[in-house]
Amino acid sequence: MREKSDKSIFYNIDWITVLMYVVLVLMGWANIYAAVYNEEHYIITDISQKYGKQMIWIGTAFLLALIVLIIDENFYTAFAYVIYGLFMLLIIAVPFLGREVKGSRSWFRFGDFGLQPAEFMKFATNLAIAKFLSNQNIKIADYRNTIITLLMLFVPMVIIMKLQNETGLAIVFVAFIFTLYREGLSVNYLLLGFLAAILFILALLVNNIFLFAIIGILCSLSLLFIKRSRTNLFVVALIGIVACGMVKGTSTVYEHLEPHQKIRIDVLLGRGTVDLKKEGYNVNQAKIAIGSGGFLGKGYLQGTQTKYDFVPEQDTDFIFCTVGEEWGFLGSSLVIILQLTLIIRIVFMAERQRSPFSRIYGYGVASVLFFHLTVNIGMTIGLAPVIGIPLPFFSYGGSSLWSFTLLLFIFIKLDSHRLQILR
Amino acid sequence: MQRIIKGLSISYFVQVSLFKEKKYLIMGMFVLVGLLFIARLFYIQVVDNSYKLDADNQAFRKKTEFPARGYIYDRNNKLLVYNEAAYDVMVLPKEISKTDFDTAGFCELMGITKEVFLKKMKKAIQAPNSPRKESVFEKQLSPKDYASIQEHLYRYKGFTVVSRTLRKYPNKTAAHMLGYIGEADKAMTEKDPYYNEGDYIGISGIEKTYENVLRGKKGMRIMMVDVHNREKGSYLNGLYDTMAVPGKTLTSTLDLELQMYGELLMQNKSGSAVAIDPRTGEILALVTSPGYDPNLLVGRERTKNYAALSLDTLADPLYNRATMASYPPGSTFKLVMALIGQQMGLLGAETRYPCAHGYPLLGGRPACHPHASPLALEAAIGASCNSYFSFVFKSVIEDKKFSDLYQAYANWRDIVMSFNIGQRTGSDLANELKGNVPSIKYYNKIFGKSWKASNVISLGIGQAELLVTPLQNANIVAIIANKGWYYTPHIVKAVGGNAADTLLDRFRVKHYTMVKDTAFYRVVIRGMTDAVESGTAHSLQINGIDYCAKTGTAENPHGKSHSVFVAFAPRENPRIAIAVLVENAGAGSKVAGPVATLMMEKYLSGKISRTDLEKRIIEENLIAGSH
Ligand SMILES: [Zn+2]
Repeated sequence: MREKSDKSIFYNIDWITVLMYVVLVLMGWANIYAAVYNEEHYIITDISQKYGKQMIWIGTAFLLALIVLIIDENFYTAFAYVIYGLFMLLIIAVPFLGREVKGSRSWFRFGDFGLQPAEFMKFATNLAIAKFLSNQNIKIADYRNTIITLLMLFVPMVIIMKLQNETGLAIVFVAFIFTLYREGLSVNYLLLGFLAAILFILALLVNNIFLFAIIGILCSLSLLFIKRSRTNLFVVALIGIVACGMVKGTSTVYEHLEPHQKIRIDVLLGRGTVDLKKEGYNVNQAKIAIGSGGFLGKGYLQGTQTKYDFVPEQDTDFIFCTVGEEWGFLGSSLVIILQLTLIIRIVFMAERQRSPFSRIYGYGVASVLFFHLTVNIGMTIGLAPVIGIPLPFFSYGGSSLWSFTLLLFIFIKLDSHRLQILR
Repeated sequence: MQRIIKGLSISYFVQVSLFKEKKYLIMGMFVLVGLLFIARLFYIQVVDNSYKLDADNQAFRKKTEFPARGYIYDRNNKLLVYNEAAYDVMVLPKEISKTDFDTAGFCELMGITKEVFLKKMKKAIQAPNSPRKESVFEKQLSPKDYASIQEHLYRYKGFTVVSRTLRKYPNKTAAHMLGYIGEADKAMTEKDPYYNEGDYIGISGIEKTYENVLRGKKGMRIMMVDVHNREKGSYLNGLYDTMAVPGKTLTSTLDLELQMYGELLMQNKSGSAVAIDPRTGEILALVTSPGYDPNLLVGRERTKNYAALSLDTLADPLYNRATMASYPPGSTFKLVMALIGQQMGLLGAETRYPCAHGYPLLGGRPACHPHASPLALEAAIGASCNSYFSFVFKSVIEDKKFSDLYQAYANWRDIVMSFNIGQRTGSDLANELKGNVPSIKYYNKIFGKSWKASNVISLGIGQAELLVTPLQNANIVAIIANKGWYYTPHIVKAVGGNAADTLLDRFRVKHYTMVKDTAFYRVVIRGMTDAVESGTAHSLQINGIDYCAKTGTAENPHGKSHSVFVAFAPRENPRIAIAVLVENAGAGSKVAGPVATLMMEKYLSGKISRTDLEKRIIEENLIAGSH
């Protein structure tokens, strides 16, 4: 096995993935240029502008990718916990050391450039979970191990949410549910979670009494199809009561929410009177920008909604609006397809790993990317709540680009050694 | 408990499904979300058009470019009407920030008090305006005032400036003929979608008749604005912009000098003077007195001035007497009677009728002034004998060629109307009355079915229900000068410098009366020559100009009779036909005659030889205390 490391660091690299990565990053850069286009500084490399800065981020990200490929693959397994612990310390420290930006203390600033350690918590956590779950003695079905895994997720999540007030960065850790499911977590939890989510939404949209009646009818109907044993009767009754309780609970919680929180939910569900100038502004403007793109789009640099600042944060979280407006249905579909192709490619790659560590890590990468894609684009087209998370490889910003680059290239590195011993 | 967990488990649903392997379930879910997103994108981008509209509404500002209205020149290319720039300050209330609008600063900039500001804002918000609709905040700032606010206005979001043009009249003349401009109201915008409320539109005069050519075509510029409503340049470099097309200039047939001279002579008198070039039907002067300075009906004081002018019921300066007033034609009509009598073969140059200080058959009514009797036709015209033309009228409507009096009357009426009496001339002057030639039906109603010549005898001398406008009167003179034909009188001779414009086609059609034999006209013209050489107009001869005329006195049931004078000159190849009427001025030769002859002299020779007469007429004041 030693002789193989004599070969080029690019040996056995999955070039398809690298190519898709480069294409997405460059597309993102072009769209950032369009989103913040400034006629007085029309040169894309002008570093006084965000597109010039993004060029630097991209360059350094490529460098970072190279470094990741150069470092011995065993480094990541060996130092997984160390990296996790190191970044954990950083995210705890940053609120005290960093500077406050837009109400959240999550940044280290170096002049015009800033880094958000929380972004890097994603790959660090992914490494740690992969390390933990790949331990041969671990079975996730053992509830103690489940609890440890969940803790590894929840601790950074809570720190980021509470200490740094970055909901978007925190919520991403939910994505690891896919990894856990793949590694043995019962599908029932996923399905139950899905059903519960639907129930929560219905509880807010439909009159509760009406909903109780439906639950009752469904439970009664189910008795027609199963054996009417005492146990089954009990189970059905329990399900019905729990469902009703969730409905009632959701409504009660909603009633006791702060007004601005209520409004967020209202905006998402499209209920009540949402003031399009205030709380509904972002989503409405995003939809207008994308919707006005039509089939072919308005053409590069021709988008009026994004270029003229109608869409807030059009270079970061709402970058997809520029795509939608200027490239139309064709362009935005292409971006979704490209992103999904990359994600599915990663799933395939994960499945071909002999080493559980690499497989688990690969699933983590796919899960995080998928979660970002879903929430970010879902938000701009009104299918997900407004949560500030970037579109992978597209959104402006060094931290997210570096973090996604690290996340992805560690996996590419691991994958290039897939034929070697089990780790 | 174990069984409960098992009961809860629904994993066997999944076990039987296609997704036996977890990776396919996961990938399936990824693809499903992707498809869902693409479907959603298809809906909002391709199916639903409302987002496109929303985007245009907020990112585009459509700016109307108002074209300059066409200038108007006189027949010698002297400027009658031009434009001056003015600026309307527009307000779009919904754009004004509720939190950081600097009201005090804005009031100071505009030079208004806060109360005035609030009042204007209220007006801009209330119907028919609305917060979402742009309306005029301050109208027609002068270029000077605009310059002082221009560079500061950008700070006050919600306020913009639109440039407009205002009419200017360097010579303060021909107000009625030119007409004025107003703002289009709701009814007008509904009638013609070209207009938006507040757009300028010709309301009267040739501003109204030629509105479509004078106004030009509005342009539209599509400007992109950013979220702060700052302009960001034109959309697609103006691909969808339309340029404003300036209005066309009009060349009027009016002779500015003659018009102004006529107005000078007619000052302090009520009445009108209409001069036509008989060869072409071009109106050379259209004097209505009292008049007003057309500049009064322009600009910010328009409403106030208009109210003042319309309240002046004594002088009634807004009343266009030249086309809107109708008077009995009086003696002028005797010329038409002479022509009809000859046409019907009932009258020759040697036909004589007696006069006994009036029409003898009805005991001296209508009355006549003393003169030799009986007279032949030419002399009767020269003397303007009322009795003579009563006889002529009687002979015409009792003509035995017709089965009864009604047939004869109808024939008479047809011939009269062929002189464009009792119907609009069809000129391009905006408002015209028809005048009146009473119908058989009308008399049937008054007298029952058995009326006779004696009932309506005064029609023969141009009295009774017979009515003509001064314009029609001038046209009658033009017909006589031409010996039987006329072009429809008109005030515009070229549109955009093009005399052959199709708009003017109708003024190039020669109309003939039902009296076609030029010999009949020669008799009448000799009579009109007599009137000047030895008759009623004897005192009004012009050195070096032979002309033909007819004096008249139009009876006025409300007071002193109107002074009427019609004439054309020179006698051979006439170049001007004129009709003058001065209200309550008595005999035609006293005021109307001097006005008409002075105007003819001015037009034909360019100077005035009878300066004493000119001075007397200019100073003559018939308005004070005449009512
Ligand atoms: Zn007589």
